[in-house]
Amino acid sequence: MRFLSESTGMRIPCYSVLDGNGEIIVGSDYEQLSEEIAVKMYTSMVTLQMMDTIFYEAQRQGRISFYMTSTGEEAISIAAAAALTADDIILPQYREPGILLWRGFTIEEFASQCFGNKDDCGKGRQMPNHYGSKKLNFVTISSPIATQLPQAVGVAYSLKMDKKDACVVTYTGDGGTSEGDFHAALNFAAVTEAPVVFICRNNGWAISTNISEQFRSDGIVVRGRAYGIRSIRVDGNDALAVYSAIHTAREMAISEQMPVLVEALSYRVGHHSTSDDSTKYRSVDEIEYWKKVRDPVNRFRKWVERNGWWSEEEESELRSSMKKQLLQAIQVAEKTEKPPLKELFSDVYDVPPPNLREQEKQLRETIIRYPQDYPSDVPL
Amino acid sequence: MTVRDALNSALDEEMSADPKVFLMGEEVGEYQGAYKISKGLLDKYGPERVLDTPITEAGFTGIGVGAAYHGLKPVIEFMTFNFSMQAIDHIINSAAKSNYMSAGQMSVPIVFRGPNGAAAGVGAQHSHCYASWYASCPGLKVLAPYSSEDARGLLKAAIRDPDPVVFLENELLYGETFPVSAEVLDSSFCVPIGKAKIEREGKDVTITAFSKMVGYALKAAEILAKEGISAEVINLRSIRPLDRDTINASVRKTNRLVTVEEGFPQHGVGAEICASVVEESFGYLDAPVERIAGADVPMPYAANLERLAVPQVQQRELATDLCQWLQLL
Repeated sequence: MRFLSESTGMRIPCYSVLDGNGEIIVGSDYEQLSEEIAVKMYTSMVTLQMMDTIFYEAQRQGRISFYMTSTGEEAISIAAAAALTADDIILPQYREPGILLWRGFTIEEFASQCFGNKDDCGKGRQMPNHYGSKKLNFVTISSPIATQLPQAVGVAYSLKMDKKDACVVTYTGDGGTSEGDFHAALNFAAVTEAPVVFICRNNGWAISTNISEQFRSDGIVVRGRAYGIRSIRVDGNDALAVYSAIHTAREMAISEQMPVLVEALSYRVGHHSTSDDSTKYRSVDEIEYWKKVRDPVNRFRKWVERNGWWSEEEESELRSSMKKQLLQAIQVAEKTEKPPLKELFSDVYDVPPPNLREQEKQLRETIIRYPQDYPSDVPL
Repeated sequence: MTVRDALNSALDEEMSADPKVFLMGEEVGEYQGAYKISKGLLDKYGPERVLDTPITEAGFTGIGVGAAYHGLKPVIEFMTFNFSMQAIDHIINSAAKSNYMSAGQMSVPIVFRGPNGAAAGVGAQHSHCYASWYASCPGLKVLAPYSSEDARGLLKAAIRDPDPVVFLENELLYGETFPVSAEVLDSSFCVPIGKAKIEREGKDVTITAFSKMVGYALKAAEILAKEGISAEVINLRSIRPLDRDTINASVRKTNRLVTVEEGFPQHGVGAEICASVVEESFGYLDAPVERIAGADVPMPYAANLERLAVPQVQQRELATDLCQWLQLL
């Protein structure tokens, strides 16, 4: 009689390509990047980092109500997006705007959503950071944690019937893996042989809950086997490793029609959101270390520069022009009108039902009677 | 045709007409459905369109919603709506609100169906009625068929509808037989969502009911007729949207209203109907609205207690009570 030990004693090794100085680790196997893709990846990571800083500040100044940064996790979203195609459908958690950025969502579109103005393709329906774009195959973000995981399996189930060269990619954090939906999704994905890549951003913190309090397993990668799912642990701060791992995972998911689990190890440098002050539950030194020494953007920059694909001049040019664009986007978005009144009542159902049509009519009649009580920045 | 066969034929015809429609739930395939509603469908359409799921309501509901996001038309079966509690987040937050929250980018043409409300001797966790729970949420449509005609027409309408629909069946009605016309049997037959049906015309009092209680209301109307009281019985069919026009028109004719439901009284369907009638037809009411509902207790198991916890049609008591009540005016 032998019980399987609760732990093998050894942690599952982590796939890495670049060392801390941005040099390729001797003997690593990885997908080669073209200069064009590498530079686009780098500039996107810088853009994301700068957007996070400036939009976070805008919230602190009271101009938007809420914001969440991806600071420290830029490689996980950008490098993964670079390894996917435009047909791959993304079901995000909420810390992956990098994917939208890669696919062409503009700074102005991000700002419009955060301000909930009439240019927001989400019609001002949701809180900031809850982006969505059907055009870019990025399913609108929903707040409850991990609900996107079984949804992703459902999308993959439908996609499978289309027999396209595409898969579904869905994200969750380390905290999200505790939800029942994580279990149901992985189990179902395996049973239905769904072409879905599950990416877990293990960034060490779920608001103030450290991973040591979240689970007792060796991270998330070991759970794959429990469901009969192929899995890999990758260094989430190594853009080359993330790119290679996702590129391969995608191929496996599509050619073998099966789910794949990728655990990307990283660190949440920023607070959980603007409603959080993480210095209350973790040391400032820890945050500074990861921010300065383990920054994924700098690490990748060194490799790109070493290849002769990037220079100091291009760096300053990028940062100054991006800063201008970001500040301008906020200014414009702030002054833009809000969505018109009819958008309060549309999209509840496919066709507006009589009771909503009547409510809108009554509201408009009230506005005519008491125009002074109606906000001036909401068009009728 | 029995209600069971009505549902089965509706599913069969809709699956045949549209390859995007598929059925998912526990025991729907090999077992032919926990209540045999999906009998024969696995053999006919194969395992890709009739999916037996592992036991995870939250899981398969989420998966169904995801499939709907990407253009399929899932019919999700809950073995009973009591178990939908485990999936209610997906029903409300993933299905009902998605079209609105995504500004029309994500529609969810999904149907959630299964037995709802009290059965017989199954206790508190198998007898809850969820009509008012789901009907309070914008973005959902909530239907409750009574007869075989209702079952066929409403299920077909639900499957064809682009919005998420909660379809509340009743276990004890599955085996009941109702006459059906040739029109009902036609594969294009559909009942409009949001329209109630006047099952019996009358002029002295309006009785609203849905699902099994429609049968009880009709029996009560028979008894009342012998006492010289003419009751108009309205089969709601649609809880959300509620057919306020039909209800109000009836009350303006009869001037009295009794709402009947098996579920709990507080915040129930009757409460909403009462509010609607008070708001729109106050001047026509000759008496306060009377609500008949289940006892405000978790359903007990013992047969004698169970009988006391739900509305019953008692010949002498109902007729006497109603006569006294009507004469008080």
